[in-house]
Amino acid sequence: MKAFTQVHGLVCPVDRANIDTDAIIPKQFLKSIKRTGFGPYLFDEWRYTNYGEPGMDCSTRPLNKDFVLNQPRYQGAQVLLARDNFGCGSSREHAPWAIDDYGFRVVIAPSFADIFFGNCYKNGILPIVASAEMVDQLFAECFANEGYKLNVDLESQTVTLPSGASFKFDITPHRKHCLLNGLDEIGLTLQHADAIKAFENKHKATQPWLFA
Amino acid sequence: MAGKTLYDKLWDSHVVREESDGTCLLYIDRHLVHEVTSPQAFEGMRLAGRKLWRDSSVVANPDHNTPTKDWDKGIEDPVSRLQVETLDSNIKEFGALVYFPFKNVNQGIIHVIGPENGTTLPGMTVVCGDSHTSTHGAFGALAHGIGTSEVEHVLATQTLIAKKAKSMLVKIDGVLGAGVTAKDVALAVIGRIGTAGGTGYAIEYAGSVIRGLSMEGRMTVCNLAIEAGARSGMVAADDKTAAYLKGRTHAPKGANWDAAVEYWKTLHSDADAVFDAVVEINGAEIQPQVTWGTSPEQVLPIGATVPDPSKETDPTKRTSIENALKYMGLTANMPISDIKLDKIFIGSCTNSRIEDLRAAAGVIKGRKVASSIALALVVPGSGQVKRQAEEEGLDKIFTEAGFEWREPGCSMCLAMNADRLAPGERCASTSNRNFEGRQGPGGRTHLVSPEMAAAAAIAGHFVDIRSQA
Ligand code: SF4
Repeated sequence: MKAFTQVHGLVCPVDRANIDTDAIIPKQFLKSIKRTGFGPYLFDEWRYTNYGEPGMDCSTRPLNKDFVLNQPRYQGAQVLLARDNFGCGSSREHAPWAIDDYGFRVVIAPSFADIFFGNCYKNGILPIVASAEMVDQLFAECFANEGYKLNVDLESQTVTLPSGASFKFDITPHRKHCLLNGLDEIGLTLQHADAIKAFENKHKATQPWLFA
Repeated sequence: MAGKTLYDKLWDSHVVREESDGTCLLYIDRHLVHEVTSPQAFEGMRLAGRKLWRDSSVVANPDHNTPTKDWDKGIEDPVSRLQVETLDSNIKEFGALVYFPFKNVNQGIIHVIGPENGTTLPGMTVVCGDSHTSTHGAFGALAHGIGTSEVEHVLATQTLIAKKAKSMLVKIDGVLGAGVTAKDVALAVIGRIGTAGGTGYAIEYAGSVIRGLSMEGRMTVCNLAIEAGARSGMVAADDKTAAYLKGRTHAPKGANWDAAVEYWKTLHSDADAVFDAVVEINGAEIQPQVTWGTSPEQVLPIGATVPDPSKETDPTKRTSIENALKYMGLTANMPISDIKLDKIFIGSCTNSRIEDLRAAAGVIKGRKVASSIALALVVPGSGQVKRQAEEEGLDKIFTEAGFEWREPGCSMCLAMNADRLAPGERCASTSNRNFEGRQGPGGRTHLVSPEMAAAAAIAGHFVDIRSQA
């Protein structure tokens, strides 16, 4: 997994609540058996005015000019700003894959759906829960200032605004450790293979039918 | 010390180890696998040279991409076909307890085949790269969806890295009115707590209404836990749970059965257990529900009128209502029963079990689909459901009324195969998501119970099922 330490990135504000994973990456793109290449199809139905199909060359597709992602001032954004319950719906990891492939490293929202939230960490994306007031402020500042950037530092768990003001965010020590070091969780878990075996044997002795 | 919740019991009995920050390694008993969220996981295993930890934990089956008619022609879309074939070759390479390839007589939606084959059992931890895994919690199991990286983690280690959620009790007491179903209960809960109301929680559904539901009904309720934001929903195991499982292919047998049933009796929350949140709903007040918007929380009783954004004071909510009305092509204040439909879909892991088909057939029997309906589809949840329905003659009732009777699969629940809505088309659907584009780009979805979908098919618009008796 890609390590995450610090990002000083342009912010793209997607001003909607309940953005679901179907909107982030529509189902026709789930037919891929790869992990990469989803970036051009991120928010496909909002971003283009024609129907997207896997394998399409997106450089020639008609853009929905009203959609923020298409506005020149947000090109190259690394921080995605959204409203409540971001990433609800389907568990598809294609959603964080698409967000990552597009170039976002951070998503900031007042709240996230659980599965999406966990999936982000597995892909080197940092999801940050900020207070509703802070998110309101970020939206307002971002709309008002072209080239609006935030500095996100994982080590100190701080987001710094252009004004110099900052806020702290939460992350579990385990997730922070994995993200900072870009660790492979499976490899880490397999260091406990003996404990898993021992648990499995005990479990089998008490509920043999689970192993029939 | 307070007693334990069902969730506590299920969690505690699967913790392999716990770190100081509460992150646990949780043992996984059952791993359900389908073609959409698994290829990258198997690929990761292969690249790292890893082996499957325990193939007897895996139950697999393609469902999202499979067509629902003309099976002899195979899968037309080459991208879909490749994904299904990739599952075939991955299972062949890595192994599984149960695998029903495309066209197998038992193939179906993964959340339907798990329980019906007795591979979902009380006390288990069940995961799948699919958010509606919450369905299996109906058996007193801890079941939830995971992402593809986690699918790979479970394949390789039989465990999941997880932190315990908070617990929420949703208690529905009283008695349901005639025509009010498990689907209406689930939608009413979402309407009450919102699509994010259960975020961070594991929900236990309890109360006399839940106890009174069949296993199929409980599965419908738990299926929709994720639409209330909760990764898992569960119901305590009881006699109905055991009765449903007895004799199923992979259910315990002989002495194991007796021991299992004894153990399952402990799978309920203790009387003095404390929940982090409690929601109480009077079952008698629940009415048949219809979603009008593009989120499952945008739901109202059939007798209501479409909301008026100008009456909403919260600006974010007002915008949501305006966006939804625009997308759905509805006018504020119009009666829900005036909403006319183009298509009807009876199916999905929410409502495609035998009981759902019986209920819909009961409404349709001897009547005809309205001429204004372009397509009315019934897609059974599995090969077993399909055979059972045909034995009972339900297929005839549907086809004589003008419904199409299809092969099992996810179908128009998410429109990854050929079954979908055209832009602007409006559908009464027994599935679980009314998101924009879910049933096809520009398609408009209204979530309802099988009975309500059936009645809408006959009338061409929504009707109160209670007036149909
Ligand atoms: S029926 Fe629908 S919700 Fe259920 S598994 Fe299939 S696509 Fe997902």
